[in-house]
Amino acid sequence: MYPGTDLKSVPFGNIQMASGGVDMQVRETQKRVLPTPFHARTSAACETNLWSSWKGYTAVDCYTTLEDEYFAIRNATSVFDLSPMTKYRITGTEGLACLDKLMTRRMDTLGPGRVMYALWCNDRGHLLDDGTVFHLDEHHWRLCSQERHLDWLLATATGFDVEIEDESDEIAALAVQGPTSCRTLKAMNLEGIEDLKPFELRHYPFDGTGLTVSRTGFTGDLGYELWIEAAHAETLWDSVFAAGKPFGILPIGSQALDMARIEAGFIQAGVEFVPAVEVVRPDRGRSPFELGLGRLVHFDKAVFNGRRALLEEQRQGSRYNLVRLDIAGNKPAADSFICNRKQKVVGHVTSAVWSPSAKMNIALASLEAPWGKPDDELYAEVYYNSELQWKRLMARCRVLEGAFFDPPRRRRTPADC
Amino acid sequence: MSSKYDVIIIGAGHNGLVCASYLARAGRSVLALEANHRVGGAAITREFAPGHSVSAGAHLLYMLAPAVVSELQLDRHGMSLAATGLGTLALSADGNHLSLDGNTVEGGGLSAADRAAYPEFMDKFLRFAGVLQKTFMKRPPRLAYAGPGELAELAKLGLNLRLLGRDLMQELLRTGAINIYDVLQETFAGDLLKGALGLDALLGSNLGPRSPGSVLTWLYRLTGRLQGNGNGVSLPAGGMGAVSRALHNVAEAAGAEIRTATPVKRILLDRDRVTGVETAAGERIGSGLVVSNADPKTTFLQLVGARNIETGFARRIGNIRMQGKAAKLHLALDGLPEFRGLTDTQTGQRLLIAPSLLHIERAFDDSKYGRFSGRPVMEISVPSLRDSGLAPEGKHVLSAVVQYAPFTLRSGWETGRDAFMELLVGQLEDYAPGIRGQITGAELLIPPDLEREFNIQGGHWHHGEYSLDQFMMLRPVPGAARYATPVTGLYLCGAGCHPGGGVLGLPGRNAANEILKQEKTL
Repeated sequence: MYPGTDLKSVPFGNIQMASGGVDMQVRETQKRVLPTPFHARTSAACETNLWSSWKGYTAVDCYTTLEDEYFAIRNATSVFDLSPMTKYRITGTEGLACLDKLMTRRMDTLGPGRVMYALWCNDRGHLLDDGTVFHLDEHHWRLCSQERHLDWLLATATGFDVEIEDESDEIAALAVQGPTSCRTLKAMNLEGIEDLKPFELRHYPFDGTGLTVSRTGFTGDLGYELWIEAAHAETLWDSVFAAGKPFGILPIGSQALDMARIEAGFIQAGVEFVPAVEVVRPDRGRSPFELGLGRLVHFDKAVFNGRRALLEEQRQGSRYNLVRLDIAGNKPAADSFICNRKQKVVGHVTSAVWSPSAKMNIALASLEAPWGKPDDELYAEVYYNSELQWKRLMARCRVLEGAFFDPPRRRRTPADC
Repeated sequence: MSSKYDVIIIGAGHNGLVCASYLARAGRSVLALEANHRVGGAAITREFAPGHSVSAGAHLLYMLAPAVVSELQLDRHGMSLAATGLGTLALSADGNHLSLDGNTVEGGGLSAADRAAYPEFMDKFLRFAGVLQKTFMKRPPRLAYAGPGELAELAKLGLNLRLLGRDLMQELLRTGAINIYDVLQETFAGDLLKGALGLDALLGSNLGPRSPGSVLTWLYRLTGRLQGNGNGVSLPAGGMGAVSRALHNVAEAAGAEIRTATPVKRILLDRDRVTGVETAAGERIGSGLVVSNADPKTTFLQLVGARNIETGFARRIGNIRMQGKAAKLHLALDGLPEFRGLTDTQTGQRLLIAPSLLHIERAFDDSKYGRFSGRPVMEISVPSLRDSGLAPEGKHVLSAVVQYAPFTLRSGWETGRDAFMELLVGQLEDYAPGIRGQITGAELLIPPDLEREFNIQGGHWHHGEYSLDQFMMLRPVPGAARYATPVTGLYLCGAGCHPGGGVLGLPGRNAANEILKQEKTL
């Protein structure tokens, strides 16, 4: 496997020669990109056979059609295999104190049964990653993130009574998201699931083991994430799909999820920011303020990584603003430059999609400060190809203050069921 | 919490005392807290056998900054030298020793070519050392752009390089980062000469002759010659502890309060701001300004606590290379040892056992794999010859720096200590027959002893290896190289800072200047 690279094409397997011809059989565990614990089910359901490598695991791009999958998220129940996410088990009496030093926000208020979204930075105040912390039990947490951080976490843990281990391989996870997701889980006999508030978690007995359900997700909709020991993954999949049958359940791939993610306005490592450990030019990192997440920086707590630099940034001002844009027309503005009235480039689009739910051509864009105020006159330089005829247009952009799409059902408790 | 001091200094080693003196003279109320029951850190004299005293750590004075001596008037406060301009004798087992005195070299069966090449060679490297030494009296420049003043500092460094002239500048750039073995091989044939010069580059370090960076350590040592200490080495009367006592007197005369036997348990903080210290006895003493003479690892990982500093900085501190490999041997002798081929006067000089570069390299090799050197190298002094107060009438003391002794001995120091001692005495016996019978008392300080006795993690004299990655603006680590640290109000003043280790006094002086300068900008 090539660490740190997401292979877009199928790599060569270890093809073994056998007498009498070429033996094309390669055992799953020998493959360069590994199957997730749900592989038997995801591969059976994947009608397109379109896959990508995600952190060294096979991930489905799209099972059926992008439209069906997207609308399953917004109108029914969608199921996404998020097992490749990086997961760390944090245990010990000083876990919260250690997390408090790691994260820019206060973590000491994270009670058992609760989940928090948090950011962590290097000493320069540049984002290493964002992720969720699950307070599973007393003195037991799970940190779930896009990137791998064990080295940084262990260095941060020095001096704390805390133990940190990578449990990415041990835990399988499904995101069950959409307006009928609660009904689906209720049909699985997860009692009282509708009372679970956003960012709460609950443990249920399941298949002779424990199933943890958290009301969290990456879609900005009503939804849950289900966490279980890898050996029980297939049973969980079967159970979820059996229960969801009356509620329009569909497995979804990463393409549909990305649409929902952009609609929700969530940032993605490697897209809205380059993780600070990966930047070569040290000024290419982004601070929480520069990603519009200043509310997750709390200076009224003990020393945390990036504190001094972020205080300084607060005094001096940030270099960038991350904004939500409504772009005129319907031509996707992926990778577009954003210009001001004088056609001077002031930033660029990081993520863009036509939002079927907001009925808008939406984008997230990183702009040089001070650009990004609601009344700024901005244009996206959009190139599009119309049957080998390249066209360029300067599409007017509106800076949005609120979310692109934020249905009340996302927070409503008890949840719709 | 009481808060009647402007500054608290943790550790009254020589740099802590220098810093205390300058700050007290500038009118600050200063409290210095020393863990041991006497001041001086590793610059102390102490009795190791009844009636026999020796400098327990550093034993020869060759770098003490003249600025510190004159500005603090150390001679008026009790410092005097028992001997100055001591030459060096590179011992040969057959008694045909090599004598190095300033820029001349004699004896040792040295070829005419070597003898002729020596002055030019030394002159060249002394000029290189001069470039280094010109940076000593100031805080190191910043590499990141921080205004025209800083740029001028960097420009001055570049100018000093340019002023060497093209050929010498090229030569410095060529040799500055390579190893002393290659450089000496290029010029000299004589093993004894190369061994003696090589050992000078390696004393106190965790390097062998072929280790990269061993030219830099040599240049660092050569700066001592440019400090106005003449061409040789001095012996302070009363041992190194007398220097510390003089500094103690200066500090107290200036109004500083110095408490011994008061170890600091931790530095008290309000988030990332210093509020004082807590002693091991539980006393809390407040001050918004704390200066640590302790090594950087002890300062940040123990006294501040790794959890109270940001991860990137803590990791840099944790990665500082500071494994000591020098041991100290102290012998109480019934009479003057009789080194083969040496007169009594010569015995009072600086004696080296380092017969060849290969010999040193092999001695180093042993230590790389967790063994003490099978054939160690030594820097020997018999200070009682020039300083009769160190031993009773007719008796003598021998002090030797011994390399290499790994911090962790694979076979364990519990049994290894006696074996190593036996080996060392056996080796001395080869050069000074009969010395074994003269021994009435003996002490061997290995790196774990130095760590414990002088509170230096890793037992490294210099509070961190002196090397390209740990010098100037990288010493001890980026972010703390200019005495101020990421903890507001906490400064460093020890050998772990620029310009570095040895009984030099400049880290303490520079830190005091920096503190006074920062105060003005507040």
